[in-house]
Amino acid sequence: MTPATHSLDPARLPEIAAGTDRSGTLNNVLAIAGIVIKEMYRRKDFYVLFVLTALITLLMGSVTFFNQENIVRYLKEICLFLIWAASLVITITTAARQIPAEREQRTLFPLLAKPVTRNQLVIGKFLGCWFASGISLLLFYLFFGAVAGAKEHEWPVLNYFQAAVLHWFMLGIVCALTMLGSVVFDAPSSTNTIMLIVSVGILLVGRHLNKVALKMEEPGQTIVYAIYFVLPHLELFDVRDLIVHNWGLIPWHIWAAGLAYAAVYSAIFLALACLMFRRKAIN
Amino acid sequence: MSEAILKTDNLRVEYRSREVGQELKCALKGLNLEVRRGEVYGFLGPNGAGKTTTMNVLLGFVNATAGDAWLFGVNVREPIARQRIGYLPEQTCYYKFLTAEEILRFYAKIFRIPKADVERRIDAVLKLVDLDHARKRQIKTYSKGMQQRVGLAQALINDPDLLILDEPTSGLDPVGRMKVREIILRLKNEGKTVFFSSHELGEVETVCDRVAILAQGELKAEGQVSELVRLHQQPNLEQVFLKIIGYHDSSDSLTRSRQAA
Repeated sequence: MTPATHSLDPARLPEIAAGTDRSGTLNNVLAIAGIVIKEMYRRKDFYVLFVLTALITLLMGSVTFFNQENIVRYLKEICLFLIWAASLVITITTAARQIPAEREQRTLFPLLAKPVTRNQLVIGKFLGCWFASGISLLLFYLFFGAVAGAKEHEWPVLNYFQAAVLHWFMLGIVCALTMLGSVVFDAPSSTNTIMLIVSVGILLVGRHLNKVALKMEEPGQTIVYAIYFVLPHLELFDVRDLIVHNWGLIPWHIWAAGLAYAAVYSAIFLALACLMFRRKAIN
Repeated sequence: MSEAILKTDNLRVEYRSREVGQELKCALKGLNLEVRRGEVYGFLGPNGAGKTTTMNVLLGFVNATAGDAWLFGVNVREPIARQRIGYLPEQTCYYKFLTAEEILRFYAKIFRIPKADVERRIDAVLKLVDLDHARKRQIKTYSKGMQQRVGLAQALINDPDLLILDEPTSGLDPVGRMKVREIILRLKNEGKTVFFSSHELGEVETVCDRVAILAQGELKAEGQVSELVRLHQQPNLEQVFLKIIGYHDSSDSLTRSRQAA
């Protein structure tokens, strides 16, 4: 029961509502996301990876083997591979450190002492990481487009757009999964390692798990099948071949279904992260 | 009597140790506190007495096992209870890649302070904590004392009615302590309520209207400093504190036993 004597100053009631209504939630989430983005562009990680990718690509581009015209395909393949590797590293390392670093550096205390809920914190951190990875991805794809365009004298902007957005949504799943991992494992280093192994593992063997299950005995078969159906199939978002070989556009409805698939998985992982973080004692 | 801004009712907090077979540890045993509007309230106790746990409950970091706590009449489990408070943690660490100005702008956004007021408010608090000259420098370049003052600035950004300060002068040099004390007194004069824990009993004696002494999770004494000194027949608050927590000076007892011999 709330004692009657503990009334809030009526003159300040509009201020008191901050952070609890829908616009307050959005305000808090965006404020937290803004800090994550600011952190990314003030750290050196992104710049190092971008410069490395650019250097390797430009170096490869400057070499001509046997006057082969289709050498540009290999160049595109290498550049896209580097972009995929760099984007995974940027997303996982950024997402893995967010909540553990808040706890370790104790910045969590003044933040949660404000009218911010734990759910808002997790969602804000996720959005910040996802937007930050989106910004870095945009720069990477602009660079890729410039290199490929300079060599091929073609500008398939829509193909690049489809590939980049699918890539970005795939990073959304990775980001949400890493946030969940960071709540479970606490230490950013272990979260980094585990999530890198999990993401690369899904990308490499995810599509083959059903074939592996077919050759297994029970109960292993059921377990591997269950993993196959539960896992987010990140490989579905890997459309590098379409760009490398200049194939046509993905039908837009299939492309949209891919984005919806990513959104559902991201939401599930994020909901689990929120649930687990709410149960954590912060002291 | 003015209204209670902070109230706890039979607050009990129990922790389960991580080790298997360990019993529950009781950090707070039915704590009843009432801090009134405009008061500077000192919250004292030896390490492990339950001061930080009480603050953690008030700030919603830890849920009470039993009992309740209210800030401005709103249960502390509700986030809106924290809208009109400012909190300075014991160890202040802020986003090192931000400048003081950016940190304050971030917290101002969380409090949804109107844009027209934000810059004015940032100017005022940075001047108050004497950091105006370093406002555009990243926190990683600040000294410990400067970081503590950033902490104080962020606690004041929303012009709070209640300030919860966890050992605000810990790790500060004498000038820094003096500055913090001045700020607390200034806030008191502005009619703000200040609830703070400290091990600096001289400082508490100077600025507090009332104090509470906590030991082993229980409230052992509460009242005005002069009242407690008179009641316990001790020369100052430090002696009252030591008597209440049951501290016996070993050198003193050694002298007495020598005299008896």
